[in-house]
Amino acid sequence: MLRLDCIRSVYSELGDSLVVTIMGAVAAELQSLGHRPNFFYLQHAMGLASSTGLGLALCLPNKHVIVLDGDGSLLMNLGSLSTMARYRPRNLTQVVFDNESLLSVGGFPTATSTGTDLEGMARSAGVPRVVTVRDVENFRIAVCEAGHRKELTTIVAKVEATGPSGYVTELSLLENRFQFRRYIQSLSQH
Amino acid sequence: MPVSLANSKLIYETLKECDIRLVSALPETWLVHLIRMTDEDPEMTLVRLAKEEEAVGISAGAYFAGVKSAMLMQNHGFLASINGIVSFAHLYKIPLLMLISYRGSFGERDPWQTQGGNVTEPVLRALGIPYLLLDSVEIVKKRIRHAQTLAESSLQPVAILLTRDLMWDE
Repeated sequence: MLRLDCIRSVYSELGDSLVVTIMGAVAAELQSLGHRPNFFYLQHAMGLASSTGLGLALCLPNKHVIVLDGDGSLLMNLGSLSTMARYRPRNLTQVVFDNESLLSVGGFPTATSTGTDLEGMARSAGVPRVVTVRDVENFRIAVCEAGHRKELTTIVAKVEATGPSGYVTELSLLENRFQFRRYIQSLSQH
Repeated sequence: MPVSLANSKLIYETLKECDIRLVSALPETWLVHLIRMTDEDPEMTLVRLAKEEEAVGISAGAYFAGVKSAMLMQNHGFLASINGIVSFAHLYKIPLLMLISYRGSFGERDPWQTQGGNVTEPVLRALGIPYLLLDSVEIVKKRIRHAQTLAESSLQPVAILLTRDLMWDE
C-alpha cells in the first residue's frame, strides 16, 4: 500500500477538517494533491504533530481534527498517546503511516520493523478506538468512520517505504502557518 | 516550609485576567497549587502531560484555535522541550507563555536540581528567549501581563522564572 494512494483516497473528505501533518514525505505528498488553507504541515519538531492536533481538538470541539503522523515521529513522542487517551477528544483522528522506516533521512529502519506494535501501544495507552489497515479501501473506510463515530481513533496504516524524490515545496512555512490560523479565525466569524 | 498558597493564587488570578483558558502542566512541587487551581476551575482546560515538550504542540494548537494558553513546567522540563521550542515555536513564530519554576538556584537543598539551576538562564539566553524573574509579590501581575503582551506582539516564546523567594514560604 502506498501512502500517496491512501491520502488520495480521502483527499475529498478533508475539506471540512483541520489537518496537521508531520514533515517529509507526508507533507510533500499531501501538498502534491493540492494545498488547502485548512492543512498545516509541521515541517520539523518531530513528534509534536499529535500534540498540536490534541490542542486544536480540545479548543475546537466542533471541528474534526486529523493528524497525519508517522512511525518515526510517533516513536519520538510516545507519551502523546497517553495524553491523547487521557483527554480522548471525540473529534480527533490520528493516522499513523507506518513504513517501518525513517524514510526522509535515508530509510533507516525504525523499531516497528523489529516488532514494535504501534496499534498495541495506542490501545494500551487507552486510545478508545484503534485499527490497523493494510489496503487503500480499508484505509478510506477507517478514516471516514473515525470522522462519523465521534470517538478518538488511531489508525495505523502499514505503507511501503517509498516517497517523493524531494521534500521542499513552494509553500513557505510561515505562509502556511499564518494562512492556517487565519482560516480557523474565519470559521468563528461565520 | 510549604509552597506559598497566597502567591500561587496571585499568579493564578493573573493568568485568568490575561484570558488564559488552557494550561498544560507537568507536576512539580512548586506548581502544586497552580495545577490544583487550574484543575478545579471549570473555565479552564488543564492538560496533564507525560513530558513537557508536548506542551509546545498543545499550546500551538490552542493558539491556532484562538485560545490563550500558558505552560507550567520546571526548568528541567524547559530543558526537555528545547527542540520543540526551536523547531516549532521559533520556526513558525508561535507565541508561548512559559512559567518555569527555577529550581536549583540559591537556597536549593535537593542536590539533583542544582545542575539544571546552573544552566537555565544561559540556555534561555542562548535560545534568544526573553525572560524575567518573578521574585516579589509586587511585580507578579504586571510582569506576567507584560510577558504575555510581548509573546503575542513578537510571536515568540517568552519565559517567566518562578523563584524560590516567591513560591516558597520560609
